[in-house]
Amino acid sequence: MSGKKTEKIVKAGLYVVVISILGWAYFSGAFQFIIDNPKDLLYLTGQHLKLVGISAALAIATAIPLGILITRPKFKKLDWIVLNFANIGQTVPSLAILALVMSYFGLGWQTAIFALWFNSLLPILRNTVAGIENVNPQIIDAGKGMGMTSKQIFFKLELPNALYAIMAGIRTSVVINVGTGALAFLIGGGGLGDLIFTGISLYDTGIMLSGAVPVILLAVLLDVLLGKLEKIIVPRGLQRTLEAA
Amino acid sequence: MIEFQNVTKIYESGDKKVTAVNNINFHVEPGEICVFLGPSGCGKTTLLRMVNRLIPITSGSIEVEGKNINSMDIIKLRRSIGYVIQHNGLFPNMTIEDNINVVPKMLGWDQNRMKNRYSELMEMMGLDPGQFQKRYPYELSGGQQQRIGIARALAADPPVMLMDEPFGALDPVIRDRLQNEFLRIQKEMKKTILFVSHDIDEAIKLGDKVAIFDTGKLMQIGTPDEILSNPKNDFVRDFVGDDRALKRLTLLKVRDLMVLSDRFRKSRLNSEWHGQVISVNENLKTALSQLLSAPNGEICVVDDHNKKLGVLCVSDFNLFTEVHPKDISIVR
Repeated sequence: MSGKKTEKIVKAGLYVVVISILGWAYFSGAFQFIIDNPKDLLYLTGQHLKLVGISAALAIATAIPLGILITRPKFKKLDWIVLNFANIGQTVPSLAILALVMSYFGLGWQTAIFALWFNSLLPILRNTVAGIENVNPQIIDAGKGMGMTSKQIFFKLELPNALYAIMAGIRTSVVINVGTGALAFLIGGGGLGDLIFTGISLYDTGIMLSGAVPVILLAVLLDVLLGKLEKIIVPRGLQRTLEAA
Repeated sequence: MIEFQNVTKIYESGDKKVTAVNNINFHVEPGEICVFLGPSGCGKTTLLRMVNRLIPITSGSIEVEGKNINSMDIIKLRRSIGYVIQHNGLFPNMTIEDNINVVPKMLGWDQNRMKNRYSELMEMMGLDPGQFQKRYPYELSGGQQQRIGIARALAADPPVMLMDEPFGALDPVIRDRLQNEFLRIQKEMKKTILFVSHDIDEAIKLGDKVAIFDTGKLMQIGTPDEILSNPKNDFVRDFVGDDRALKRLTLLKVRDLMVLSDRFRKSRLNSEWHGQVISVNENLKTALSQLLSAPNGEICVVDDHNKKLGVLCVSDFNLFTEVHPKDISIVR
Protein backbone atom coordinates (compact mmCIF):
# COMPACT_ATOMS: atom_id res chain seq x y z
CA MET A 1 0.00 0.00 0.00
CA SER A 2 2.68 2.48 1.04
CA GLY A 3 4.72 1.40 -1.99
CA LYS A 4 1.88 2.50 -4.22
CA LYS A 5 1.64 5.84 -2.48
CA THR A 6 5.33 6.58 -2.92
CA GLU A 7 5.06 5.53 -6.54
CA LYS A 8 2.29 8.05 -7.08
CA ILE A 9 4.23 10.84 -5.37
CA VAL A 10 7.36 10.11 -7.41
CA LYS A 11 5.36 10.05 -10.63
CA ALA A 12 3.63 13.34 -9.84
CA GLY A 13 7.00 14.88 -8.94
CA LEU A 14 8.48 13.81 -12.26
CA TYR A 15 5.59 15.31 -14.17
CA VAL A 16 6.04 18.60 -12.30
CA VAL A 17 9.74 18.67 -13.17
CA VAL A 18 9.13 17.91 -16.85
CA ILE A 19 6.35 20.47 -17.15
CA SER A 20 8.37 23.18 -15.44
CA ILE A 21 11.35 22.55 -17.75
CA LEU A 22 9.04 22.77 -20.75
CA GLY A 23 7.51 25.96 -19.37
CA TRP A 24 10.94 27.45 -18.82
CA ALA A 25 12.00 26.51 -22.37
CA TYR A 26 8.79 27.95 -23.77
CA PHE A 27 9.09 31.27 -22.01
CA SER A 28 12.74 31.68 -22.95
CA GLY A 29 11.62 31.49 -26.56
CA ALA A 30 13.09 28.10 -27.34
CA PHE A 31 10.00 27.00 -29.22
CA GLN A 32 9.86 29.99 -31.52
CA PHE A 33 10.62 27.56 -34.33
CA ILE A 34 7.53 25.51 -33.58
CA ILE A 35 5.34 28.56 -33.44
CA ASP A 36 6.71 29.75 -36.77
CA ASN A 37 6.62 26.36 -38.53
CA PRO A 38 3.79 24.24 -37.09
CA LYS A 39 3.41 22.39 -40.37
CA ASP A 40 7.02 21.25 -40.44
CA LEU A 41 6.72 19.89 -36.95
CA LEU A 42 3.51 18.08 -37.74
CA TYR A 43 5.01 16.56 -40.88
CA LEU A 44 8.15 15.39 -39.11
CA THR A 45 6.17 13.99 -36.16
CA GLY A 46 4.05 12.05 -38.63
CA GLN A 47 7.18 10.70 -40.28
CA HIS A 48 8.61 9.76 -36.90
CA LEU A 49 5.44 7.94 -35.91
CA LYS A 50 5.47 6.09 -39.21
CA LEU A 51 9.05 4.90 -38.59
CA VAL A 52 8.27 3.78 -35.06
CA GLY A 53 4.88 2.32 -35.93
CA ILE A 54 6.00 0.25 -38.88
CA SER A 55 9.16 -1.02 -37.23
CA ALA A 56 7.32 -1.87 -34.01
CA ALA A 57 4.55 -3.64 -35.89
CA LEU A 58 7.13 -5.66 -37.81
CA ALA A 59 9.04 -6.44 -34.62
CA ILE A 60 5.86 -7.63 -32.88
CA ALA A 61 4.89 -9.67 -35.92
CA THR A 62 8.26 -11.43 -35.96
CA ALA A 63 9.35 -11.58 -32.32
CA ILE A 64 6.14 -12.97 -30.78
CA PRO A 65 5.68 -15.86 -33.23
CA LEU A 66 9.40 -16.57 -33.01
CA GLY A 67 9.25 -16.52 -29.22
CA ILE A 68 6.28 -18.89 -29.26
CA LEU A 69 8.01 -21.18 -31.72
CA ILE A 70 11.15 -21.59 -29.64
CA THR A 71 9.16 -22.43 -26.51
CA ARG A 72 7.50 -25.39 -28.31
CA PRO A 73 9.11 -28.66 -27.24
CA LYS A 74 10.18 -29.45 -30.81
CA PHE A 75 12.21 -26.27 -31.19
CA LYS A 76 13.38 -25.88 -27.63
CA LYS A 77 16.96 -26.64 -28.67
CA LEU A 78 17.03 -23.63 -30.95
CA ASP A 79 16.22 -21.05 -28.33
CA TRP A 80 19.80 -20.16 -27.44
CA ILE A 81 20.66 -19.47 -31.09
CA VAL A 82 17.66 -17.21 -31.57
CA LEU A 83 18.11 -15.38 -28.28
CA ASN A 84 21.80 -14.78 -28.95
CA PHE A 85 21.00 -13.44 -32.38
CA ALA A 86 18.46 -11.03 -30.90
CA ASN A 87 20.96 -10.13 -28.19
CA ILE A 88 23.32 -8.92 -30.87
CA GLY A 89 20.54 -6.72 -32.24
CA GLN A 90 20.34 -5.06 -28.86
CA THR A 91 24.02 -4.91 -27.95
CA VAL A 92 25.39 -3.39 -31.12
CA PRO A 93 24.88 0.39 -30.89
CA SER A 94 21.94 1.62 -32.94
CA LEU A 95 24.20 3.95 -34.86
CA ALA A 96 26.46 1.08 -35.88
CA ILE A 97 23.47 -0.91 -37.09
CA LEU A 98 22.36 2.06 -39.14
CA ALA A 99 25.79 2.31 -40.70
CA LEU A 100 25.99 -1.42 -41.40
CA VAL A 101 22.53 -1.63 -42.86
CA MET A 102 23.05 1.51 -44.90
CA SER A 103 26.06 0.03 -46.64
CA TYR A 104 23.78 -2.70 -47.91
CA PHE A 105 20.37 -1.09 -48.40
CA GLY A 106 21.54 2.43 -49.22
CA LEU A 107 19.94 5.58 -47.85
CA GLY A 108 16.23 6.04 -47.11
CA TRP A 109 13.48 5.27 -44.67
CA GLN A 110 13.39 1.55 -45.52
CA THR A 111 16.91 1.27 -44.15
CA ALA A 112 15.87 3.14 -41.02
CA ILE A 113 12.90 0.84 -40.51
CA PHE A 114 15.07 -2.24 -40.91
CA ALA A 115 17.54 -0.98 -38.33
CA LEU A 116 14.80 -0.01 -35.88
CA TRP A 117 13.10 -3.36 -36.36
CA PHE A 118 16.34 -5.24 -35.67
CA ASN A 119 16.98 -3.11 -32.63
CA SER A 120 13.58 -3.72 -31.05
CA LEU A 121 13.36 -7.49 -31.53
CA LEU A 122 15.09 -8.50 -28.32
CA PRO A 123 12.85 -7.01 -25.61
CA ILE A 124 9.76 -8.52 -27.19
CA LEU A 125 11.38 -11.84 -27.96
CA ARG A 126 12.95 -12.24 -24.55
CA ASN A 127 9.78 -11.30 -22.73
CA THR A 128 7.68 -13.63 -24.86
CA VAL A 129 9.99 -16.55 -24.08
CA ALA A 130 10.26 -15.67 -20.39
CA GLY A 131 6.52 -15.10 -20.09
CA ILE A 132 5.64 -18.47 -21.57
CA GLU A 133 8.35 -20.37 -19.71
CA ASN A 134 7.32 -18.85 -16.39
CA VAL A 135 3.72 -19.99 -16.60
CA ASN A 136 3.17 -22.14 -13.49
CA PRO A 137 3.84 -25.74 -14.60
CA GLN A 138 1.10 -26.96 -12.25
CA ILE A 139 -1.65 -25.29 -14.22
CA ILE A 140 -0.24 -26.85 -17.38
CA ASP A 141 -0.27 -30.22 -15.63
CA ALA A 142 -3.86 -29.65 -14.49
CA GLY A 143 -4.87 -28.66 -18.02
CA LYS A 144 -3.26 -31.76 -19.50
CA GLY A 145 -4.81 -34.02 -16.88
CA MET A 146 -8.24 -32.56 -17.60
CA GLY A 147 -7.91 -33.47 -21.25
CA MET A 148 -6.95 -30.20 -22.93
CA THR A 149 -5.35 -30.58 -26.35
CA SER A 150 -1.94 -28.94 -26.79
CA LYS A 151 -3.63 -26.21 -28.83
CA GLN A 152 -6.05 -25.51 -25.99
CA ILE A 153 -3.22 -25.50 -23.49
CA PHE A 154 -1.43 -22.89 -25.57
CA PHE A 155 -4.36 -20.56 -26.30
CA LYS A 156 -6.23 -20.90 -23.01
CA LEU A 157 -3.35 -21.24 -20.55
CA GLU A 158 0.11 -20.39 -21.83
CA LEU A 159 -0.64 -17.33 -23.95
CA PRO A 160 -3.10 -15.54 -21.62
CA ASN A 161 -0.83 -16.10 -18.64
CA ALA A 162 2.20 -14.78 -20.55
CA LEU A 163 0.45 -11.68 -21.90
CA TYR A 164 1.57 -9.42 -19.08
CA ALA A 165 5.24 -10.10 -19.80
CA ILE A 166 4.75 -9.87 -23.56
CA MET A 167 3.04 -6.49 -23.25
CA ALA A 168 5.87 -5.24 -21.03
CA GLY A 169 8.33 -6.22 -23.77
CA ILE A 170 6.34 -4.34 -26.39
CA ARG A 171 6.20 -1.24 -24.23
CA THR A 172 9.93 -1.29 -23.63
CA SER A 173 10.81 -1.72 -27.25
CA VAL A 174 8.40 0.96 -28.51
CA VAL A 175 9.73 3.51 -26.05
CA ILE A 176 13.33 2.72 -26.98
CA ASN A 177 12.34 2.93 -30.62
CA VAL A 178 10.95 6.44 -30.32
CA GLY A 179 14.33 7.58 -29.05
CA THR A 180 16.40 5.61 -31.53
CA GLY A 181 14.11 6.80 -34.32
CA ALA A 182 15.69 10.24 -34.03
CA LEU A 183 18.85 8.74 -35.58
CA ALA A 184 16.95 7.86 -38.75
CA PHE A 185 17.57 11.36 -40.05
CA LEU A 186 21.26 10.54 -40.41
CA ILE A 187 20.54 8.09 -43.22
CA GLY A 188 17.79 10.10 -44.83
CA GLY A 189 14.98 8.43 -42.95
CA GLY A 190 13.39 11.69 -41.82
CA GLY A 191 11.58 12.04 -38.52
CA LEU A 192 12.08 14.43 -35.62
CA GLY A 193 15.82 13.79 -35.72
CA ASP A 194 15.76 16.29 -38.57
CA LEU A 195 15.16 19.17 -36.14
CA ILE A 196 17.50 17.84 -33.48
CA PHE A 197 20.51 17.40 -35.76
CA THR A 198 19.81 20.63 -37.64
CA GLY A 199 19.67 22.42 -34.31
CA ILE A 200 22.94 20.87 -33.23
CA SER A 201 24.80 21.78 -36.39
CA LEU A 202 23.44 25.35 -36.31
CA TYR A 203 24.16 25.77 -32.58
CA ASP A 204 20.48 26.65 -32.28
CA THR A 205 19.01 25.36 -29.02
CA GLY A 206 15.53 26.38 -30.09
CA ILE A 207 15.43 24.20 -33.18
CA MET A 208 17.09 21.34 -31.33
CA LEU A 209 14.59 21.45 -28.47
CA SER A 210 11.65 21.71 -30.82
CA GLY A 211 12.74 18.29 -32.07
CA ALA A 212 13.82 16.80 -28.76
CA VAL A 213 10.76 17.75 -26.72
CA PRO A 214 8.24 16.14 -29.08
CA VAL A 215 10.36 12.96 -29.02
CA ILE A 216 10.12 12.89 -25.23
CA LEU A 217 6.40 13.61 -25.25
CA LEU A 218 5.86 10.95 -27.90
CA ALA A 219 7.69 8.36 -25.83
CA VAL A 220 5.71 9.18 -22.69
CA LEU A 221 2.41 9.29 -24.57
CA LEU A 222 2.96 5.94 -26.30
CA ASP A 223 3.97 4.33 -23.01
CA VAL A 224 0.80 5.57 -21.34
CA LEU A 225 -1.36 4.42 -24.25
CA LEU A 226 0.24 0.99 -24.30
CA GLY A 227 -0.27 0.84 -20.53
CA LYS A 228 -4.00 1.40 -21.09
CA LEU A 229 -4.03 -1.23 -23.82
CA GLU A 230 -2.31 -3.63 -21.44
CA LYS A 231 -5.11 -3.15 -18.87
CA ILE A 232 -7.61 -4.12 -21.57
CA ILE A 233 -5.97 -7.21 -23.02
CA VAL A 234 -4.28 -8.80 -19.99
CA PRO A 235 -6.80 -11.06 -18.15
CA ARG A 236 -8.09 -9.36 -15.01
CA GLY A 237 -7.26 -12.30 -12.80
CA LEU A 238 -3.57 -11.80 -13.58
CA GLN A 239 -3.42 -8.04 -13.13
CA ARG A 240 -4.56 -8.37 -9.56
CA THR A 241 -2.10 -11.13 -8.78
CA LEU A 242 0.75 -8.98 -9.99
CA GLU A 243 -0.40 -5.95 -8.06
CA ALA A 244 -0.74 -7.98 -4.90
CA ALA A 245 2.72 -9.52 -5.27
CA MET B 1 -13.85 -50.22 -11.28
CA ILE B 2 -10.16 -49.74 -11.84
CA GLU B 3 -7.89 -52.70 -12.39
CA PHE B 4 -4.10 -52.73 -12.31
CA GLN B 5 -2.44 -55.74 -13.93
CA ASN B 6 1.32 -56.23 -13.76
CA VAL B 7 1.75 -52.48 -14.05
CA THR B 8 5.40 -51.49 -14.38
CA LYS B 9 7.15 -48.21 -15.08
CA ILE B 10 10.83 -48.13 -15.89
CA TYR B 11 12.69 -44.88 -16.47
CA GLU B 12 15.76 -45.18 -18.65
CA SER B 13 18.50 -42.58 -18.73
CA GLY B 14 21.63 -43.66 -20.54
CA ASP B 15 22.55 -47.12 -19.29
CA LYS B 16 20.71 -46.66 -16.01
CA LYS B 17 17.32 -48.18 -15.46
CA VAL B 18 15.16 -47.06 -12.59
CA THR B 19 12.04 -49.02 -11.77
CA ALA B 20 9.58 -46.50 -10.40
CA VAL B 21 6.60 -48.83 -10.33
CA ASN B 22 7.23 -52.55 -10.04
CA ASN B 23 4.65 -55.11 -11.17
CA ILE B 24 1.58 -53.81 -9.39
CA ASN B 25 -1.60 -55.92 -9.21
CA PHE B 26 -4.83 -54.92 -7.51
CA HIS B 27 -8.24 -53.54 -8.22
CA VAL B 28 -10.52 -50.88 -6.81
CA GLU B 29 -14.27 -51.50 -6.64
CA PRO B 30 -16.76 -48.94 -7.97
CA GLY B 31 -17.61 -46.27 -5.41
CA GLU B 32 -14.53 -46.98 -3.31
CA ILE B 33 -11.86 -44.58 -2.15
CA CYS B 34 -8.45 -46.21 -2.43
CA VAL B 35 -5.65 -44.25 -0.76
CA PHE B 36 -2.12 -44.70 -2.12
CA LEU B 37 0.16 -44.31 0.85
CA GLY B 38 3.91 -44.29 1.14
CA PRO B 39 7.04 -42.17 1.56
CA SER B 40 8.26 -39.80 -1.17
CA GLY B 41 9.60 -41.61 -4.20
CA CYS B 42 7.66 -44.79 -3.50
CA GLY B 43 5.90 -44.58 -6.86
CA LYS B 44 2.41 -43.67 -5.63
CA THR B 45 2.12 -40.47 -7.66
CA THR B 46 3.66 -42.15 -10.71
CA LEU B 47 1.07 -44.90 -10.50
CA LEU B 48 -1.73 -42.34 -10.18
CA ARG B 49 -0.52 -40.34 -13.18
CA MET B 50 -0.34 -43.48 -15.25
CA VAL B 51 -4.12 -43.89 -14.93
CA ASN B 52 -4.86 -40.81 -17.05
CA ARG B 53 -1.75 -41.43 -19.11
CA LEU B 54 0.15 -38.33 -17.99
CA ILE B 55 2.93 -40.88 -17.61
CA PRO B 56 3.06 -43.68 -20.20
CA ILE B 57 2.99 -47.23 -18.93
CA THR B 58 6.06 -49.40 -19.62
CA SER B 59 4.39 -52.78 -19.35
CA GLY B 60 1.20 -54.29 -17.94
CA SER B 61 -2.24 -52.79 -18.27
CA ILE B 62 -4.66 -50.52 -16.47
CA GLU B 63 -8.39 -50.90 -17.03
CA VAL B 64 -10.86 -48.18 -16.14
CA GLU B 65 -14.54 -49.15 -16.25
CA GLY B 66 -13.59 -52.32 -18.07
CA LYS B 67 -11.64 -50.61 -20.84
CA ASN B 68 -7.89 -50.72 -21.32
CA ILE B 69 -6.72 -47.11 -21.09
CA ASN B 70 -4.16 -47.58 -23.84
CA SER B 71 -6.89 -48.48 -26.31
CA MET B 72 -8.80 -45.25 -25.59
CA ASP B 73 -8.32 -41.83 -27.14
CA ILE B 74 -6.03 -40.01 -24.71
CA ILE B 75 -8.02 -36.75 -24.72
CA LYS B 76 -11.36 -38.52 -24.24
CA LEU B 77 -9.88 -40.66 -21.47
CA ARG B 78 -8.64 -37.62 -19.55
CA ARG B 79 -11.93 -35.77 -19.93
CA SER B 80 -13.74 -38.76 -18.45
CA ILE B 81 -11.54 -38.78 -15.33
CA GLY B 82 -11.61 -36.06 -12.67
CA TYR B 83 -8.17 -34.76 -11.75
CA VAL B 84 -7.26 -32.80 -8.62
CA ILE B 85 -3.70 -31.77 -7.70
CA GLN B 86 -2.10 -30.52 -4.54
CA HIS B 87 -1.94 -26.80 -5.28
CA ASN B 88 -5.39 -26.90 -6.87
CA GLY B 89 -3.99 -25.86 -10.29
CA LEU B 90 -6.78 -23.33 -10.85
CA PHE B 91 -6.28 -21.22 -13.95
CA PRO B 92 -5.49 -17.68 -12.74
CA ASN B 93 -6.66 -16.06 -15.99
CA MET B 94 -10.17 -17.48 -15.69
CA THR B 95 -13.06 -16.66 -13.35
CA ILE B 96 -14.25 -19.28 -10.87
CA GLU B 97 -17.20 -20.12 -13.11
CA ASP B 98 -14.97 -20.55 -16.16
CA ASN B 99 -12.56 -22.68 -14.15
CA ILE B 100 -15.32 -25.04 -13.08
CA ASN B 101 -16.72 -25.24 -16.60
CA VAL B 102 -13.45 -26.09 -18.35
CA VAL B 103 -14.29 -29.74 -19.00
CA PRO B 104 -18.04 -29.27 -19.70
CA LYS B 105 -17.11 -26.57 -22.22
CA MET B 106 -14.68 -28.90 -23.98
CA LEU B 107 -17.40 -31.55 -24.03
CA GLY B 108 -19.71 -29.08 -25.76
CA TRP B 109 -22.40 -28.59 -23.10
CA ASP B 110 -24.86 -25.75 -23.72
CA GLN B 111 -24.76 -22.56 -21.65
CA ASN B 112 -27.78 -23.38 -19.49
CA ARG B 113 -26.55 -26.80 -18.55
CA MET B 114 -23.15 -25.37 -17.57
CA LYS B 115 -24.74 -22.62 -15.50
CA ASN B 116 -26.93 -25.10 -13.61
CA ARG B 117 -24.02 -27.44 -13.04
CA TYR B 118 -21.92 -24.57 -11.72
CA SER B 119 -24.59 -23.57 -9.18
CA GLU B 120 -25.16 -27.16 -8.17
CA LEU B 121 -21.46 -27.79 -7.54
CA MET B 122 -20.93 -24.55 -5.65
CA GLU B 123 -23.84 -25.34 -3.34
CA MET B 124 -22.45 -28.80 -2.79
CA MET B 125 -19.13 -27.23 -1.77
CA GLY B 126 -20.90 -24.82 0.57
CA LEU B 127 -19.99 -21.73 -1.45
CA ASP B 128 -22.41 -19.09 -2.71
CA PRO B 129 -22.65 -19.43 -6.52
CA GLY B 130 -23.52 -15.78 -7.15
CA GLN B 131 -20.83 -14.39 -4.92
CA PHE B 132 -17.97 -16.27 -6.58
CA GLN B 133 -19.12 -16.42 -10.20
CA LYS B 134 -17.11 -13.49 -11.52
CA ARG B 135 -14.25 -13.68 -9.06
CA TYR B 136 -10.73 -14.88 -9.78
CA PRO B 137 -8.73 -17.60 -7.99
CA TYR B 138 -6.34 -15.13 -6.29
CA GLU B 139 -9.32 -13.61 -4.45
CA LEU B 140 -10.05 -16.90 -2.65
CA SER B 141 -8.49 -18.46 0.44
CA GLY B 142 -6.48 -21.67 0.15
CA GLY B 143 -9.36 -23.79 1.44
CA GLN B 144 -11.85 -22.18 -0.95
CA GLN B 145 -9.45 -22.65 -3.87
CA GLN B 146 -9.08 -26.35 -3.07
CA ARG B 147 -12.87 -26.72 -2.92
CA ILE B 148 -13.11 -25.14 -6.37
CA GLY B 149 -10.39 -27.53 -7.54
CA ILE B 150 -12.50 -30.48 -6.40
CA ALA B 151 -15.69 -28.96 -7.86
CA ARG B 152 -13.89 -28.50 -11.17
CA ALA B 153 -12.88 -32.16 -11.23
CA LEU B 154 -16.48 -33.17 -10.51
CA ALA B 155 -17.95 -30.84 -13.14
CA ALA B 156 -18.60 -33.32 -15.92
CA ASP B 157 -19.62 -35.99 -13.40
CA PRO B 158 -16.79 -38.43 -14.17
CA PRO B 159 -17.17 -41.90 -12.65
CA VAL B 160 -13.48 -41.94 -11.67
CA MET B 161 -11.44 -39.33 -9.84
CA LEU B 162 -7.68 -39.03 -9.36
CA MET B 163 -6.59 -36.91 -6.42
CA ASP B 164 -2.92 -36.13 -5.82
CA GLU B 165 -2.57 -34.97 -2.20
CA PRO B 166 -5.46 -32.54 -2.60
CA PHE B 167 -5.38 -31.43 1.04
CA GLY B 168 -1.59 -31.55 1.45
CA ALA B 169 -0.98 -27.81 1.34
CA LEU B 170 -3.71 -26.79 3.80
CA ASP B 171 -3.40 -26.06 7.49
CA PRO B 172 -4.62 -28.83 9.84
CA VAL B 173 -7.93 -27.20 10.80
CA ILE B 174 -9.00 -26.47 7.22
CA ARG B 175 -7.69 -29.85 6.09
CA ASP B 176 -9.83 -31.65 8.67
CA ARG B 177 -12.90 -29.67 7.64
CA LEU B 178 -12.35 -30.36 3.94
CA GLN B 179 -11.79 -34.06 4.61
CA ASN B 180 -15.16 -34.23 6.37
CA GLU B 181 -16.89 -32.39 3.55
CA PHE B 182 -15.21 -34.61 1.03
CA LEU B 183 -16.52 -37.71 2.82
CA ARG B 184 -20.03 -36.22 2.96
CA ILE B 185 -19.95 -35.48 -0.78
CA GLN B 186 -18.54 -38.89 -1.59
CA LYS B 187 -21.45 -40.50 0.27
CA GLU B 188 -23.80 -39.02 -2.31
CA MET B 189 -21.56 -39.19 -5.36
CA LYS B 190 -20.15 -42.69 -4.97
CA LYS B 191 -17.19 -42.04 -7.24
CA THR B 192 -14.35 -44.46 -7.68
CA ILE B 193 -11.44 -42.48 -6.28
CA LEU B 194 -7.69 -42.97 -6.26
CA PHE B 195 -6.21 -40.71 -3.63
CA VAL B 196 -2.50 -40.14 -3.07
CA SER B 197 -1.41 -39.26 0.44
CA HIS B 198 1.67 -39.49 2.64
CA ASP B 199 -0.34 -39.04 5.81
CA ILE B 200 -1.40 -42.25 7.56
CA ASP B 201 -4.13 -40.49 9.54
CA GLU B 202 -5.65 -39.09 6.36
CA ALA B 203 -5.50 -42.53 4.74
CA ILE B 204 -7.29 -44.17 7.69
CA LYS B 205 -9.92 -41.47 7.76
CA LEU B 206 -10.73 -41.35 4.06
CA GLY B 207 -9.83 -44.73 2.62
CA ASP B 208 -12.14 -47.65 2.07
CA LYS B 209 -8.93 -49.34 1.07
CA VAL B 210 -5.36 -48.32 1.75
CA ALA B 211 -2.51 -49.38 -0.53
CA ILE B 212 0.95 -48.97 0.94
CA PHE B 213 3.91 -48.64 -1.42
CA ASP B 214 7.65 -48.68 -1.01
CA THR B 215 10.30 -48.33 -3.73
CA GLY B 216 7.75 -49.02 -6.44
CA LYS B 217 6.35 -52.17 -4.86
CA LEU B 218 2.92 -52.70 -3.36
CA MET B 219 3.60 -53.67 0.26
CA GLN B 220 0.05 -54.24 1.43
CA ILE B 221 -3.48 -53.40 0.42
CA GLY B 222 -6.51 -53.72 2.63
CA THR B 223 -9.06 -51.88 4.69
CA PRO B 224 -7.63 -49.42 7.20
CA ASP B 225 -8.47 -51.90 9.97
CA GLU B 226 -6.61 -54.74 8.27
CA ILE B 227 -3.57 -52.54 7.76
CA LEU B 228 -3.55 -51.38 11.37
CA SER B 229 -4.40 -54.64 13.09
CA ASN B 230 -2.40 -56.91 10.85
CA PRO B 231 0.53 -55.21 9.15
CA LYS B 232 2.03 -57.64 6.67
CA ASN B 233 5.72 -56.80 7.05
CA ASP B 234 8.20 -54.62 8.89
CA PHE B 235 7.92 -51.77 6.43
CA VAL B 236 4.17 -51.45 6.89
CA ARG B 237 4.52 -51.84 10.66
CA ASP B 238 7.07 -49.01 10.75
CA PHE B 239 5.13 -46.84 8.39
CA VAL B 240 1.84 -46.99 10.25
CA GLY B 241 3.72 -46.35 13.49
CA ASP B 242 3.98 -47.88 16.97
CA ASP B 243 0.74 -46.22 17.96
CA ARG B 244 -1.22 -48.18 15.41
CA ALA B 245 -3.42 -49.66 18.13
CA LEU B 246 -4.40 -46.14 19.13
CA LYS B 247 -5.05 -45.26 15.51
CA ARG B 248 -7.32 -48.28 15.22
CA LEU B 249 -9.42 -46.87 18.03
CA THR B 250 -10.53 -44.06 15.74
CA LEU B 251 -11.96 -46.62 13.34
CA LEU B 252 -14.21 -48.28 15.88
CA LYS B 253 -17.25 -47.00 17.72
CA VAL B 254 -18.34 -47.55 21.31
CA ARG B 255 -21.15 -49.60 19.79
CA ASP B 256 -18.64 -52.05 18.33
CA LEU B 257 -17.14 -52.78 21.73
CA MET B 258 -20.59 -53.12 23.28
CA VAL B 259 -21.53 -55.90 20.91
CA LEU B 260 -18.79 -58.12 22.31
CA SER B 261 -18.90 -57.17 25.92
CA ASP B 262 -21.64 -58.92 27.90
CA ARG B 263 -20.39 -57.78 31.25
CA PHE B 264 -20.78 -54.27 29.99
CA ARG B 265 -24.52 -54.68 29.43
CA LYS B 266 -25.24 -56.19 32.79
CA SER B 267 -23.51 -53.50 34.77
CA ARG B 268 -25.15 -51.07 37.12
CA LEU B 269 -27.78 -49.67 34.86
CA ASN B 270 -30.39 -48.94 37.45
CA SER B 271 -28.41 -46.72 39.72
CA GLU B 272 -28.43 -42.97 39.31
CA TRP B 273 -25.54 -41.76 37.15
CA HIS B 274 -23.70 -38.55 37.99
CA GLY B 275 -20.46 -39.02 36.05
CA GLN B 276 -19.56 -38.44 32.41
CA VAL B 277 -21.61 -39.79 29.52
CA ILE B 278 -20.60 -40.72 25.97
CA SER B 279 -22.63 -41.39 22.84
CA VAL B 280 -22.71 -44.95 21.55
CA ASN B 281 -21.71 -43.56 18.13
CA GLU B 282 -18.54 -41.89 19.40
CA ASN B 283 -15.23 -43.46 18.36
CA LEU B 284 -13.23 -45.50 20.83
CA LYS B 285 -10.30 -43.12 20.96
CA THR B 286 -12.52 -40.38 22.36
CA ALA B 287 -14.07 -42.90 24.74
CA LEU B 288 -10.67 -43.99 26.04
CA SER B 289 -9.60 -40.40 26.43
CA GLN B 290 -12.72 -39.65 28.49
CA LEU B 291 -12.24 -42.77 30.57
CA LEU B 292 -8.68 -41.80 31.43
CA SER B 293 -9.94 -38.52 32.81
CA ALA B 294 -13.02 -39.95 34.54
CA PRO B 295 -12.57 -39.82 38.34
CA ASN B 296 -14.05 -43.27 39.05
CA GLY B 297 -12.75 -44.93 35.88
CA GLU B 298 -16.20 -45.43 34.39
CA ILE B 299 -18.36 -43.59 31.89
CA CYS B 300 -21.98 -44.07 30.98
CA VAL B 301 -22.90 -44.93 27.41
CA VAL B 302 -26.06 -43.35 26.01
CA ASP B 303 -27.84 -43.74 22.68
CA ASP B 304 -29.10 -41.01 20.37
CA HIS B 305 -32.13 -40.39 22.57
CA ASN B 306 -29.99 -40.07 25.67
CA LYS B 307 -31.18 -43.45 26.97
CA LYS B 308 -28.59 -45.08 29.21
CA LEU B 309 -27.25 -48.29 27.74
CA GLY B 310 -24.51 -49.30 30.11
CA VAL B 311 -21.22 -48.43 31.72
CA LEU B 312 -17.83 -48.57 30.08
CA CYS B 313 -14.52 -49.01 31.89
CA VAL B 314 -10.90 -49.38 30.82
CA SER B 315 -10.89 -53.16 31.22
CA ASP B 316 -13.52 -53.40 28.48
CA PHE B 317 -10.74 -52.44 26.11
CA ASN B 318 -9.21 -55.89 26.69
CA LEU B 319 -11.68 -57.09 24.10
CA PHE B 320 -10.49 -54.51 21.66
CA THR B 321 -8.00 -56.75 19.87
CA GLU B 322 -10.81 -59.18 19.07
CA VAL B 323 -12.96 -56.48 17.55
CA HIS B 324 -12.92 -56.32 13.77
CA PRO B 325 -15.44 -54.43 11.67
CA LYS B 326 -15.94 -57.57 9.58
CA ASP B 327 -16.84 -59.74 12.61
CA ILE B 328 -19.07 -57.06 14.02
CA SER B 329 -21.16 -56.88 10.89
CA ILE B 330 -21.75 -60.64 11.25
CA VAL B 331 -22.77 -60.32 14.91
CA ARG B 332 -25.10 -57.48 14.02
